[in-house]
Parts: sequence; C-alpha cells; structure tokens
Amino acid sequence: MIEIKNLRKVFGDKVVINDVTATMEAGKANLIIGASGSGKTVFLKCLVGLFEPDSGHVFYNGRDFIEMEDDERKELRQQIGMLFQGSALFDSQTVEQNVMFPLDMFTHMTHTEKLKRVNEVLDRVNLKDANHKFPAEISGGMKKRVGIARAIVLNPKYLFCDEPNSGLDPQTSLVIDKLIHEVTKEFNMTTIVNTHDMNSLMEIGDHIIYMYHGEKEWEGNNKEIIYSKNEKLNNFIFASEFLKDAKEKRMMEAEKNIE
Amino acid sequence: MTFFNHFGRYLLMIKGMFTKPENWRMYWKELMHQCNDIGVGSLGIVVIVALFIGAVSTLQTAYQLVSNLIPKSTIAQIVRDTVILEFAPTITCIVLAGVVGSKIASELGNMRVSEQIDALEIMGINTKAYLIMPKVIAAFLMIPVLVVIAGVLGIWGGRTAGILSGILSPEEFDGGLLSGFIQFNAAFALIKAYTFAFIISSIPAYFGYYVKGGALEIGKASTTAVVTSCIMILFADYILAALLL
Repeated sequence: MIEIKNLRKVFGDKVVINDVTATMEAGKANLIIGASGSGKTVFLKCLVGLFEPDSGHVFYNGRDFIEMEDDERKELRQQIGMLFQGSALFDSQTVEQNVMFPLDMFTHMTHTEKLKRVNEVLDRVNLKDANHKFPAEISGGMKKRVGIARAIVLNPKYLFCDEPNSGLDPQTSLVIDKLIHEVTKEFNMTTIVNTHDMNSLMEIGDHIIYMYHGEKEWEGNNKEIIYSKNEKLNNFIFASEFLKDAKEKRMMEAEKNIE
Repeated sequence: MTFFNHFGRYLLMIKGMFTKPENWRMYWKELMHQCNDIGVGSLGIVVIVALFIGAVSTLQTAYQLVSNLIPKSTIAQIVRDTVILEFAPTITCIVLAGVVGSKIASELGNMRVSEQIDALEIMGINTKAYLIMPKVIAAFLMIPVLVVIAGVLGIWGGRTAGILSGILSPEEFDGGLLSGFIQFNAAFALIKAYTFAFIISSIPAYFGYYVKGGALEIGKASTTAVVTSCIMILFADYILAALLL
C-alpha cells in the first residue's frame, strides 16, 4: 500500500502538484487520470523519487520515502518496477538481456536460473521467440510487454506505469491493460497507472484519481465514474458528443431502474 | 545557467560517482566494455593522426633548418621532443575529445532523453557510478596507452618521411633520436595524458548526463561537450607546461 499525504511540487512559481492526499491499495490497479499538463507524470515521478517534492510525504507500507536515506531508498527501489511511456529499454541489449539486467545486478542466481526466470516472465507477458531481438527490431506493443517483463522480473511489490498505452492501437492497448491488471492481481502488487486512455479507465480502473490543474479533483472507481456529477470530470471523460449521449442514456436507464 | 551553476553541478556529479557498486561484476563488465570502446575504438584514428603528424613535423623542421652549420640529426631531436611533449599528448587528446567525447555525450544524452537513466534509477542503481565512473576509469587506463602509441608512431612516421624524402639517412635520424633525451619529457607527456583523460571523459559525461529535451538538444550537448573539452585541454596544457617545464 502507498499512502500519499499533502504532496506538493512547485517548478519556479508554477504549482504543479498541490496538496494531494491519496491512498493506493495493494492488489488494485490505481489509475491517475487527467488532461495533458495536469501534473500526472510529475506526481508519478514524485512518488518514485525521480522528482523531490517540495513538501508532503509518501509512505510505502508505512515507511516514509521522502525522509529515507539514499541506502534505504536504494533498497526500497528494488521492490519497485516501472514501465515507462517510451518503454526505456536499453538499445544495445537484446530483449533477453534487458529483462535479465535486474537479475544480473541484484541477484546471485546462476545464468541458467536467470534464463529460466527471464523465460518465465517473457512467457507471462506472451512474448515468445523474441529473446534475441533488439528493441529496434520489435513493435511498440512488444516493447511495452518487454518493459512489463523487466519491471516484474524481481517480483516487485509496487508497479508504476506511465501512460502504458501511448502510441498503441486500441486492441494492443487492451492487451497491455489486461496484462497489467492480471499481474497486479496475481502478485498482489500496488499498481499505479498514469493514463488518459478511456478504455483503460473502464477496463481496469479499480481505483481512479482524477487530477485537475495539479489537484485531486475526484476519486472513485470505474463503476462510479459513469454516474459522477463532477462537471470537470465529465467534461474530461465525455469530451465527445458520442460519449456524452452514451452517458445520458445510461443515466436515464439508471433513473428508470430506480423508479 | 551560469558558469558557477555548471561547475557546481559538475563537482556534485563527480562526487556522486564515488559510491559502493551495487554489483562489482556488472561494473567490471561495463568497465571492460568502455575500455574496448575508448581504447580499441579510437586506435585507428590515433594511428593515422600520429603517423601523419610525425611525418609532417619532419618535413617542416627540415624546411625551416636552412643552415648547413646545423647537423641534420637535429631534425630528429626536434621531431622527438615536439612529438613527445606536444603532438602525442595534446593533438591526440584533442582528436579523442572529438571521437570519444561526442560518443560519451550523445550516448548518455540519448539514455537521458529516452528515460533509460530514469529506468536505472528506479531499479536502485546509482547511475552516476554505473554509467560515468567506468567511462572515467576506462579513459584513465586507455588514453595514456593511446598517447604512448601515438608518440612511438609519430616518431616512426617522422623517421619514415625523412628517409623516403631523402632529407636524412636512417643513421642520422637514429643518432639524433638518441642524443640529449630528457626522461622527464616522457613523464610529462604521461602527466598530460592522465589530465586530459579526465577532461575527455568527465566533461562530455556531464553535458550528456544532464541533457534536457530531444534529438536537437543531444546534438547541441555533444557539440558543447567537444568544444568545452578542447578548450579545457588547451588550458590545462598551458597550466601544466607553465608549472612543470
């Protein structure tokens, strides 16, 4: 579980994250949504220490990440996996070497054991026969899957995904979403996904936080979001006329059912 | 950013490199990889530059020595000392600043922009220690070797050019080469090589590591890294000459 208390981040005179408090539960896909520039990525980077917040606290199972010494942070980070927007695979290494890298760095396993583990996770993300390919030789969706495989190879307790669907077609996005959801449940991870993909929201949004201009505007899940009366959220989610109509129909049906 | 901001951040980067490695074997692997990149990867250009600089210095020295009172073996002495004192360490390192420096800056810049450095940080790896330290150590190990190779080949290139152009005989060149040799000159060349090795590896690493933006910024960082390294090499060259000669 990750608890965030009064997190604030300022760049110059611009407040990017303003007093955000939230709890991300284990075994759930916690989605952070919001328009571009709403502070989602900065928020995520503050949680993992890539940015230092100006004030506030981030507790990983009760341990305050912000107050930790470098060594403690290093230790904790071995329990964190992260999938980056551009996958962030090492260009000069093959898929197998990319996934094996954390094992090489942090375990004393033999090469055979490492290879077995790498094949297990690659199998888990439905990637076979790509072990010896370089990142430049595989598709965007495959890169994301390699990124997930690398993120979960050390069995992390926390998984962070920064816009996992960016640049992917709707079908591949769905595959990646399901994969993230499945591994979250399977390994009881605390997963935080930063997205503005509406399909992801409806598909895997166990817990959703809507950010607006650096502030937490709304919190709920994928069932509640349909019936939300928050105007800013509705303007963001149901931006198109088609979706607005769909929502109105759903609301009317729900009201009829109540009557 | 002002000069002092850059300098302060550069010093903090250097300080950040000195931590206990997460895994010695992986750092060793990276060091060997960098030794190969910096040493073997630059050998070809160093050989070509050294041979031609030695050859040209023989021809130009002979051209300037017009008096019959000066023995021809003096040409070999002048070529030896200029190659050892200046050409082998300084010119080689300026060439290496272009070859190795731009590679280091663009490699780290690309890793920064494509979030590979962030990915390593998230894993709990000290990226300054893992990515920069092996480059600096590899430069310390390989650049003096390249300078020694450049010195030997420069003198050999000068000897070959002198003989082929009929300026002086092999005996005259060898006689001049062995007379009045000051051993400190070789030590001075190595002191310069170690100083320049640090400049060539750490300055481009700084510009690459802290790059922000995209492909255009990586190119700019690479150019700035090479230009700054070259200026710092010339500056250090002057300081060392003023202090030690």
